Amino acid sequence: MKAQGKVFKYKDNVDTDVIIPARYLNTSDPKELAAHCMEDIDPDFVKNVKAGDIIVAGNNFGCGSSREHAPLAIKTAGVSCVIANTFARIFYRNAINIGLAIIECPEAVANINAGDDVTVDFDSGTITNNTTGKTFKTNPFPDFIKKIIDEGGLLNSIKNK
Amino acid sequence: MGMTMSQKILAAHAGKSSVKAGELINVKLDLVLGNDITSPVAINEFRKAGFDKVFNRERIALIMDHFTPNKDIKAAEQCKHCRNFAKEYNILHFYDTGEVGVEHALIPEKGLVAPGELVIGADSHTCTYGALGAFSTGVGSTDMAAGMYSGMAWFKVPSAIKFVLTGKPCGWVSGKDVILHIIGKIGVDGALYKSMEFTGPGLKYLSIDDRLCMANMAIEAGAKNGIFEVDDVTLEYVKDKVNREFNIYKADDDAEYDEVIEIDLSSIKPTVAFPHLPENTKPVEEAGDVEIQQVVIGSCTNGRLEDLRIAAKVLKGHKVKKGVRCIVIPATQKIYREAMEEGLFTIFLDAGCAISAPTCGPCLGGHMGILAEGERAVATTNRNFVGRMGHTKSEVYLASPAVAAASAIMGKIAQPEDIK
Repeated sequence: MKAQGKVFKYKDNVDTDVIIPARYLNTSDPKELAAHCMEDIDPDFVKNVKAGDIIVAGNNFGCGSSREHAPLAIKTAGVSCVIANTFARIFYRNAINIGLAIIECPEAVANINAGDDVTVDFDSGTITNNTTGKTFKTNPFPDFIKKIIDEGGLLNSIKNK
Repeated sequence: MGMTMSQKILAAHAGKSSVKAGELINVKLDLVLGNDITSPVAINEFRKAGFDKVFNRERIALIMDHFTPNKDIKAAEQCKHCRNFAKEYNILHFYDTGEVGVEHALIPEKGLVAPGELVIGADSHTCTYGALGAFSTGVGSTDMAAGMYSGMAWFKVPSAIKFVLTGKPCGWVSGKDVILHIIGKIGVDGALYKSMEFTGPGLKYLSIDDRLCMANMAIEAGAKNGIFEVDDVTLEYVKDKVNREFNIYKADDDAEYDEVIEIDLSSIKPTVAFPHLPENTKPVEEAGDVEIQQVVIGSCTNGRLEDLRIAAKVLKGHKVKKGVRCIVIPATQKIYREAMEEGLFTIFLDAGCAISAPTCGPCLGGHMGILAEGERAVATTNRNFVGRMGHTKSEVYLASPAVAAASAIMGKIAQPEDIK
């Protein structure tokens, strides 16, 4: 499986309140949520994002609330993968549970700029910055988590038991 | 190798004699909870997956506290969705307007969590119950759906930072000042993926309300959970609330910690977190002249009876400064009644405060006190992110009830000593 797209880059501590402000949480419709994705940190994000694009960020991405609406809004907006130095833990498990690809790779974060074209090969664990030609290796998910992803998310993996 | 408090609870619920940091485990849950924002997503996922039973109708809590009393039609629909699910599965602990309280104040008050238990909640501040010596942590809606069906959840066993509390807090210093001080010291990701375990001789000076406030904000340091060693204060609190057997887990003497940090409670001053991260802390005396337009006293962090008593003590005989809106939100119906019967409402009303029904309301910019562009609020809540309480160009300053009440009187960030 591969992801490829243009990079939107953000700094440390991107919180769930800026990913999807609480004033929009009176709905759980993914499309309505996606229409306001990143609104309070990057009002042009929704206008500019295209299917396949990639978010790159610093430390502690997704900190704050447990709202699953946050990874859901990002995924529904068309983002194929989020690469960060670290993720806040609830965001991390929510992303896995709903099938949004996330990767922790500080080396890639340091060497990717906004607007770069990036390809992620999930099978080989390779991130390629097509703009600069640099490649980066990532750590594969533990088998336990891979199984959840392979079975199509947490609820399917429970049903299959 | 010994285990931390959190690891012992996880091991016991995984049916294992021991676990170690980094290990992935499946655990049995004692309680699964959600609110009116996260439960609808969980219910949708539950139905989509084709689940047709819950693991235990008495160990699920659905709490309509965020956008209630229903703030608009969409919020009303979300609550209706939850109400229908609760009826269909005969969920025992479904709480709606009239019975509801802010979830993390209500759950301990109702005795739904006991020391040694394992709780997940689709709300990040579920870590609050660590105050009672439970392992409790926030998850998302899909985890909640899985938990409601299977009574199980997966976890990576966390490592831990041990906080040894010494000394006695001075004057108006409360649990809020202590936890803000700690977050200021270690940062908003200082405990990322880890447990924060609180112990030491200073514990005895922290009331259960102080501890609930501190454990509540463990998530603001990125922690998986915050947990307090069980002592007489804990047992006194749970004795007339919990009438089932429970276990008390202490860390082993040779438990391994990533770090041990000593906190001298006597050295902590009233503290305020500046926008837009809870780690931007400084002592109130160094805050400078920060004019404010609103004060919020309430939330799962500081909406308990002790918090309201402190605020009333500061506000008694004073008026909220002209141009400042002071909103007091007792966190549960029980707290509301107790505050009223103690005469605290008279003090608040005489001072010119508005008193709201229990709700999360303005804490997350939901309703009941939204900020306009350029406005500043001192709030006893837990987050001061961009746009958290309203306009993206508004600001939230986090502080204790004493500091919030003093600020309401002075019209700027202040502590009780500053009131003239």
